[in-house]
Amino acid sequence: MFRKNKFRHVWDFPGFSGWTAIFFGFLYVPIFVLVCYSFNSSSYAMIWTGFSFRWYEKLFFNDDILQAAYNSLIIAITAAPMATAIATISALVIVRGGGFRGKEFSSGLITLPLMVPEIVTAVATLIFFATLGINLGLINVIIAHTVFCIPFAYMPIKAALEAMDPNLELAARDLYSDKNSAFRYITLPLLTPGILSGFMLAFVISVDDFIITLMVAGGGSTTLPVYIYSMVKMGVTPEVNAVSSLLLAFSIIFVTGYWFLNKKSS
Amino acid sequence: MNIQGENKSRNIVLGLTPLWLVIGIFMIGPLLIMAGVSVMEPNVYGGVYFKFDLSGYRQILFDTNLFDEMEFNPAYVIIILRSFVLAVSATIISLIIGFPAAYFISRQPDNVKNILIFLVTIPFWTNLLVRTFAWIIILGKGGVIESSFSFFGLLNEDDSLNLMYTNFAILIGLVYSYLPLMVLPIFSSLEKLDVRLLEAASDLYSSRMEIIRRVIIPLTLPGIIGGSILVFVPCLGAFIAPDLLGGGKKLLLGSLIQFQFSTARNWPFGAAVAMFLLSLVVIVLVINARINSKHEDLQKHV
Repeated sequence: MFRKNKFRHVWDFPGFSGWTAIFFGFLYVPIFVLVCYSFNSSSYAMIWTGFSFRWYEKLFFNDDILQAAYNSLIIAITAAPMATAIATISALVIVRGGGFRGKEFSSGLITLPLMVPEIVTAVATLIFFATLGINLGLINVIIAHTVFCIPFAYMPIKAALEAMDPNLELAARDLYSDKNSAFRYITLPLLTPGILSGFMLAFVISVDDFIITLMVAGGGSTTLPVYIYSMVKMGVTPEVNAVSSLLLAFSIIFVTGYWFLNKKSS
Repeated sequence: MNIQGENKSRNIVLGLTPLWLVIGIFMIGPLLIMAGVSVMEPNVYGGVYFKFDLSGYRQILFDTNLFDEMEFNPAYVIIILRSFVLAVSATIISLIIGFPAAYFISRQPDNVKNILIFLVTIPFWTNLLVRTFAWIIILGKGGVIESSFSFFGLLNEDDSLNLMYTNFAILIGLVYSYLPLMVLPIFSSLEKLDVRLLEAASDLYSSRMEIIRRVIIPLTLPGIIGGSILVFVPCLGAFIAPDLLGGGKKLLLGSLIQFQFSTARNWPFGAAVAMFLLSLVVIVLVINARINSKHEDLQKHV
């Protein structure tokens, strides 16, 4: 017991709190710097001359950026619901289906897009579309996005299903509800926060994806991250900082929304 | 949606069909076609001739010289080794930075803990390209580091520290990209750690270093291994960090693969390197599964 005079608890290690502060600094300082520089009035990205919104204003007159943002939205709005729908029925079967043959195999299939390195998926999908001669513009990108969004949509839905009490549905059945209405009025409403969380994660992952889109997207289907990449390659300008900050803000708002949604439901 | 009672197996098949179709056709299909392309003859305009040819794999090690003889070419072996060394270093550095942070977070009261863990996950959900690009502003010529050095008179106006386009810059980019993935699994195994074991060790006159080394680390090993794999695997195939911070000069496996499809237009070679990367990843995952099942066996016997 005498040891505890020196430190509060045996499980408190000196210096770990400072180390954690450095850790968070390392994670957030670059993001902070990027956002600060997007408000720089100078035309040179690296030299600070004063505060200004001019680069944000300029974005709204850049047709290429607007087109890329529009493509990103169209892709995410199509791919995320498809991935969520597939993830939802798969989760229902895998969690509620008991021990059936092919269960391990199906869960493995869902996590496959997470296991394969992104660059490998990217070039494999490129080869696939090119050798089969499938060239449908945005639809190619939407298909590729649907695939890698499935595991992200699946995780929260599966967690919500596992946390749900199956007796609630049985109780409804006892009260003479038929199978379909028990599902519709009991299971589905209880599962909605999980499905919504899955959708939001899939949406963010789709909007943020870069490597797979870079390889799969043809000329007319450039997305925002791919456009940012081509801008960065030509040289860092304050305009890149501005559009990058907006993309960061978008993801952070979405993920924060997801967090509050989960906090409320749990 | 009825997956209990009658029609159970029919409904299981119906429910899983979309998954099997989508992943089967658009994930496994492309991987199989890529495996096929890796053993075909390259077409200089991109694409392949449908003829069996192992030149894609041979090219990783050998070059054909003017007299049509095979010569050992170390260029790609160097790229493979560089990827390996950088991925291992990034994993070790992430572990050193991440472990104490994960430990500190796991010992906080619940509400603080939830917020801190949420803050760890946010960067993971934001755009990797943008986060990496932020480091150009920090490390680049006239960037944040150089301008603060010259502000304090440590650097002349026209000099440069030449931080960009180095292995060091790539390493920072890799650690920064995947650090959250190291912290999360370690955090979840630390959360399950029974603090009474630490008290017991302390009562038995263990020093703090001994508690870390002989109690905490062995008990959280699955988390440490899990986090290390989550960092190591994407580092091996990284494309963004070597491309933006390495200036595309210091190629890694990921950027080498991308280069074969964008610029060099040698599909079989690119596909062969991709197959090589994929098999490395499979080996790592199999080893991980082995270790995990061993650890579970151990815990059952304890």
